Amino acid sequence: MRDESHLLPNGRVLRYTFRERLMHWVAGLSYLYLLITGLAFWSPWLFGLTAITGGPTMSRVLHPWVGVIFFLGTVWMYGVWSSQMRESPRDKAWWHAIRHYIRNEDDQVPDEERFNPGQKLLFWGFFWCGIVLLLTGVILWIPEWIPWSLRFLRLIAVIVHPIAALLTIALFIIHVYMGTAVERGAFSSIVRGDVSRKWAQRFHRAWYEQVVGESPKQK
Amino acid sequence: MSQANLEVRRISGHASTVPGVGLKRDLEVAKLVDTTTCIGCKACEVACMEWNGLTYSDTTFQNSYQTMPETTFNFWNLIKFNEYEPEDGGNMMLLMRKDQCMHCEEPGCLIACPSDGAIVQYANGIVDFQQDECIGCGYCITGCPFNIPKMSPKSQKVFKCTLCVDRVSEGLEPACIKACPTGCLHFGTKDEMKELGETRAKQLREQSGFAHAGVYDPSGVGGTHVLYVLHDATNPEAYGGLPRNPHVPWTVWLWKKPLKWIGNLAMIGGVLGVFVHYLRFGPKTIEEDHEVPNQGEKP
Repeated sequence: MRDESHLLPNGRVLRYTFRERLMHWVAGLSYLYLLITGLAFWSPWLFGLTAITGGPTMSRVLHPWVGVIFFLGTVWMYGVWSSQMRESPRDKAWWHAIRHYIRNEDDQVPDEERFNPGQKLLFWGFFWCGIVLLLTGVILWIPEWIPWSLRFLRLIAVIVHPIAALLTIALFIIHVYMGTAVERGAFSSIVRGDVSRKWAQRFHRAWYEQVVGESPKQK
Repeated sequence: MSQANLEVRRISGHASTVPGVGLKRDLEVAKLVDTTTCIGCKACEVACMEWNGLTYSDTTFQNSYQTMPETTFNFWNLIKFNEYEPEDGGNMMLLMRKDQCMHCEEPGCLIACPSDGAIVQYANGIVDFQQDECIGCGYCITGCPFNIPKMSPKSQKVFKCTLCVDRVSEGLEPACIKACPTGCLHFGTKDEMKELGETRAKQLREQSGFAHAGVYDPSGVGGTHVLYVLHDATNPEAYGGLPRNPHVPWTVWLWKKPLKWIGNLAMIGGVLGVFVHYLRFGPKTIEEDHEVPNQGEKP
């Protein structure tokens, strides 16, 4: 099942379409703003970060609106990617080999599909945390409109919102590290869309074989 | 609203030392509100509006003498009127309690506030909002156990009773105290007010038949700088929802103390962790560095 559309004229492989890149960066850049302003509100040590996000008051004003953009980006990603993010039968073996994956002993890691199980975890983690952050964020957006009798909503929101945010930060640190430092070429693939054949074989062999239809040389 | 020349004890959202701490010899001050001698005249409400130059807004009919349901961003001093029928079948009582910021020793608003210097606690116990540093997040509204901080819809800044910090720092009593015609409002050091309140409560217990009379100075928030003498200190809720055991909400505490440190350590640990991982394992290399040329298909 050779899929010519993924093979570019220059011999490289199309990994992310323009639409996928755009939606990734709608979510990615809005997340960056939310992260910086959120950290500023999180700790007095980081409050000075508001100097680069529009000042303290504007950061508070913009954070919820950017949060809405981030959420819409997440929903968009759900629409496009969720079917490819479902757990597949081979994922279990990958998780069993996670130790080898971490230690870069990738010859002992099962072939990876378009998205490996770690990426799926990232996707679903951000998706579910995004929903929790939206629900609690709406309450934190308008605390003065939450009547005293519904005060428990605010009290839940102030603790759940940062917990969900911290979970996304854990995912975010690993995501950025993997995408920039560990898998060289991954960052440019989410910017320009293409990867080399070697890259595709090396990191997503099952996907490569599916879209380019080439049998692996040998393992 | 005025930093005046008081010593600052604590400020919100602040990373390092508090300027001026330990410099002055301020006494802790307190208001004492004797609800048993309040006649509900609302002179304190008017004096508060006048001294602080607050704008007027419509009052609402509450089926009682009460001016409005709760304090607002431009109405910081509200007498709450509550009809109360004692369970022992005694006469119906009209309870009147002057509601305002309690100026807690452990202020939930200040603990919740993320903005550097937006909420200040002075060494004399006054907790004051600095609106020019306020970012309008409303965390103080969530942190307060007394439902006091209120957001101005126009400026998106939060306002509340200042305990007339501008007057107190000049050696004057708060405006509400000055206006009270019955002398049910007192102002002085916290120790004096506590003593005066206890004396009055004892009098109520021994001479007026209020067996449970007492002083409201809730320990859950470390005590307050507004004290009440209540006919029945065992039932503060009867006085327009005065909480029996107010405290900084536990989720706010959890968020600002343990979660903050766990989160900070986890974030620093995460960044250091991936850095050390890179030192140890480095990138995932691709065996052949050179690009594979087109296999057959020429562009």
